[in-house]
Amino acid sequence: MTDRALVVVRAGALTTVQDLGRPGHAHLGVPRSGALDAPAAALMNRLVGNPAEAALLETTLNGCDLRPRSAVTVAVGGAPCPVSVDGRPAPWGAPVHVPAGALLSVGTAVSGVRAYVAVAGGVTVEPVLGSRSTDLLSGLGPPPLTDGTVLPLGKPYDLPARVDVVPQPSPPAQLVLRVTPGPRDDWFTAAAWHTFTTHTYRVSSASNRIGLRTEGPALERAIGGELPSEGMVLGAVQVPPDGHPVVFLADHPTTGGYPVIAVVHPEDLPTTAQSPPGTPVRFIPSRT
Amino acid sequence: MRALPVGDRALLVEVSTDEEAQALHADLLRRRAEGSLSVREIVPAARTVLLDGLDDPSRLAAQLSLARLPPVPPPEKDAVEIAVRYDGPDLADVAELWGVSPEEVARIHAAADFRVAFCGFAPGFGYLTGLPARYGVPRRATPRTTVPAGSVGLAGPYTGVYPRSSPGGWQLIGTTDAVLWDHARVPAALLSPGTPVRFVPVDS
Repeated sequence: MTDRALVVVRAGALTTVQDLGRPGHAHLGVPRSGALDAPAAALMNRLVGNPAEAALLETTLNGCDLRPRSAVTVAVGGAPCPVSVDGRPAPWGAPVHVPAGALLSVGTAVSGVRAYVAVAGGVTVEPVLGSRSTDLLSGLGPPPLTDGTVLPLGKPYDLPARVDVVPQPSPPAQLVLRVTPGPRDDWFTAAAWHTFTTHTYRVSSASNRIGLRTEGPALERAIGGELPSEGMVLGAVQVPPDGHPVVFLADHPTTGGYPVIAVVHPEDLPTTAQSPPGTPVRFIPSRT
Repeated sequence: MRALPVGDRALLVEVSTDEEAQALHADLLRRRAEGSLSVREIVPAARTVLLDGLDDPSRLAAQLSLARLPPVPPPEKDAVEIAVRYDGPDLADVAELWGVSPEEVARIHAAADFRVAFCGFAPGFGYLTGLPARYGVPRRATPRTTVPAGSVGLAGPYTGVYPRSSPGGWQLIGTTDAVLWDHARVPAALLSPGTPVRFVPVDS
């Protein structure tokens, strides 16, 4: 078999196809989606000579096993994890040659949460609204991978990979998220803002691609009731009635009726993708 | 009209009424079309319009604070007609809330000129305004775990059509075979903000 395809032998806990997502359709109720740790995804694409918009795989905690039907170059990065080809150790965060029919194993993350597996030529499932990303909120894009899924691959690009190995940040021991107040900080008491910006929260196990949920002291409202639904941005810190802040990630709903106390700085969002449940979280005010 | 900062790259522009939100949305779309506004997302909602992906939100906020809202422009296109069988499981409850017969609910609903105020909840789900204020209804006390695709429902001042099967708490007054969302179609969404809509009754 020489066709360019990737057989999913072991899908793992949650492995999805991701690219840069489908921004620009929020007014139709379509979430942006896309790789949660976008810098890691971009680096892996570069290592295999793909353009930034090529689709790759995003794994969750325990990796996945893949068998390409033709020889391919891959790169695995993001969450540090063991990589092997037919049982032989292979480098992480560097281009790896996988012969046709060999088994590429992406193991359980040593730290962090999400590993990215880029394949030269990219995963070429049918795009939806210009993106191949799986959107877990609205169900757009390909469903999460299951054992036996066969993914089509594109022809390798001729882009030279300028680097063989790239430095990648280690997953953080503590999440420090810079936040800008508003748009609805006035819906909370002054004590709530103080609590929000001084206490240490923890990443909740209920976190997913839609939102990073937190555990910690509840934030007290100065204004009761629900807001009329309003548009939501990536990184919005929404506070539902239980008072526990939720940071909106790539698959977040486009509108919502709970007040947003603050918005996380975009550069700090990729680290949320690599923070397992229990990770301490600090919200630090940054006035601009 | 006031513009609230949302992070470093977005503004939430807040107005007082649904009508003002629709007027503001139409005006912002016009500004973008003529090239005087550069923004990635314009997301209307009940009393706000979110502008996301701005280079200089504070400058735009200053401009908007001085701007006056033009009236809602007349629709640029013909109304989308949605054929409805008024046979929903909550039709009798809505009739009681309105103080009319079920047949009269269908007549009143089908006589109204609707407009998509905004979308959300799911791709292709529009919040339609157009019913007189006295016909507002609460959501069901207990949401259904499954509402079939094509269900036509009421909640608060809004009418909506479920693009696909999902949980939901709206009062269901009818069903349609119209395809609200088809990502293989261009455009994928039958309804987008500003679209005029009429419901056309058909026999069950």
